[in-house]
Amino acid sequence: MAKHETPLLDQLESGPWPSFVSDLKQQAEVRAKNEKGVEFQIPQDCVDDLLGVLELSYKHGRTHWKHGGIVGVFGYGGGVIGRYCDQPGLFPGVEHFHTMRVNQPAGKYYTTDYLKKLTELWDFRGSGVTNMHGATGDIVLLGTTTPQLEEIFWTLTHDYNQDLGGSGSNLRTPADCLGQSRCEYACYDTQALCHFLTNEYQDELHRPAFPYKFKFKFDACPNCCVASIARSDMSFIGTWRDNIRIDQDAVNKYVENDAAYPANAGAHKDRDWGLFDLEKEVLSLCPTKCMKFDNKKLSIDDANCTRCMHCINVMPRALKIGEDTGLSILCGAKAPILDGAQMGSLLVPFVKANPDNDYEEITEIIENVWDWWMEEGKNRERLGELIMRQGFQKLLEVTGIEAQPQHVAYPRTNPYIFWKEDEVTGGWERDVEEFRKHHLR
Amino acid sequence: MSELLDNKEAATKAVVDWMAKKSKTKTKFYFKDFYKVFPDDKPRLIKKVINKMVEEEVLEYWSSGSTTMYGLKGAGIQHSSEGEK
Repeated sequence: MAKHETPLLDQLESGPWPSFVSDLKQQAEVRAKNEKGVEFQIPQDCVDDLLGVLELSYKHGRTHWKHGGIVGVFGYGGGVIGRYCDQPGLFPGVEHFHTMRVNQPAGKYYTTDYLKKLTELWDFRGSGVTNMHGATGDIVLLGTTTPQLEEIFWTLTHDYNQDLGGSGSNLRTPADCLGQSRCEYACYDTQALCHFLTNEYQDELHRPAFPYKFKFKFDACPNCCVASIARSDMSFIGTWRDNIRIDQDAVNKYVENDAAYPANAGAHKDRDWGLFDLEKEVLSLCPTKCMKFDNKKLSIDDANCTRCMHCINVMPRALKIGEDTGLSILCGAKAPILDGAQMGSLLVPFVKANPDNDYEEITEIIENVWDWWMEEGKNRERLGELIMRQGFQKLLEVTGIEAQPQHVAYPRTNPYIFWKEDEVTGGWERDVEEFRKHHLR
Repeated sequence: MSELLDNKEAATKAVVDWMAKKSKTKTKFYFKDFYKVFPDDKPRLIKKVINKMVEEEVLEYWSSGSTTMYGLKGAGIQHSSEGEK
């Protein structure tokens, strides 16, 4: 028998999709029965009260949560987010219901043993409710009380070899795709770089001093499975600088509709899309129209290829990424608070990912960007907003990167170029008398 | 590093005095506010000293979840009703 009547929430279970309400009801029942005999360290009926406060919020059309506070674990300025219910009399089980962020492993690879241990800990010291994974990528543990925080942190760090993630004005938990562990399109080892930077920037992850949040995300190819280009202040997207490798025999197998060469590796074969048509499905969809197919030979003008990945995705047995691989760095993506949502802007067209020198070329850029943002960024100003305010040219200046054609999104839309004296031959000084010899007043 | 930031006791006193002076109007401060106390120092150096003060429980973090602020240990109301009477 449910502790609270929840007619409005019950409606959410009636749609075609899996419902979080059903999940919460199931968890409330598991805690009520407690067949495993867990010695719950926070109220046993907290999930019932969670449903109750949510029902009340729907009824009133406003939230009954307060967020923020001083809660945390010693020495860390992130990883714990204080949550308090403003109706503790009605819902005592969620009076204090803090969130903990746990740093997910690179590529989100787990062992079942690890997941069991994690959920056992969370059933014991928390609500048992998790979010796998939060928008930033962390394992999110929802709902515990202040005295449990240090206990959970101790177990995570000492017994599970597991750190908390980032929150607040910190570097947030870096997130990456599966990369070279599974994917033939991977242009660099995302997991190695993600892991390295997570360790390298522990101080930035746990001790907040940025103007606002800062996110790294890593995609091993331009397919951008992690959507780093839209979701991170600094995104690292795999690319190549030589040519797409073409297997002409395989191209012709696709053209001949050979059953062993299904388009898109057979990903959409549950529906009849008709015979594969190279012109319609590949050549005419190339955004820069840099491909042609003549006399059974496919050619690509690689200088005009924008690495959209479409042709490679459609004909993976015929086309492969180049061999001279590395990554591009883009800056400034963010969700809408000021100025609307922004995608990242290309800062570094190509850099090699080189673990042998501890990714020195990459960390140098990161630290230059941080120094500028910490100095010039206003409180609660994202990097993308600072770039909008001070200009992309300023970002190039602070990172010491020369302007290149790849930095130009739309040519010839702005007639103003602000040169500095040292960028102009002869500077600003001129001999007026010499000038007047050739030009009358 | 400036002489003030380099001297742990003087730096701590400067921070505590500055925050105490402001305490009538607010008890939580952005990290950038400390730039006013140490105008000659780089943010990363200030960060090391300020975070040492948190470790020594002179200061404490206050986080909304998205933004983090600093306050004197125990000063002000400790959760989100800060500022209400």
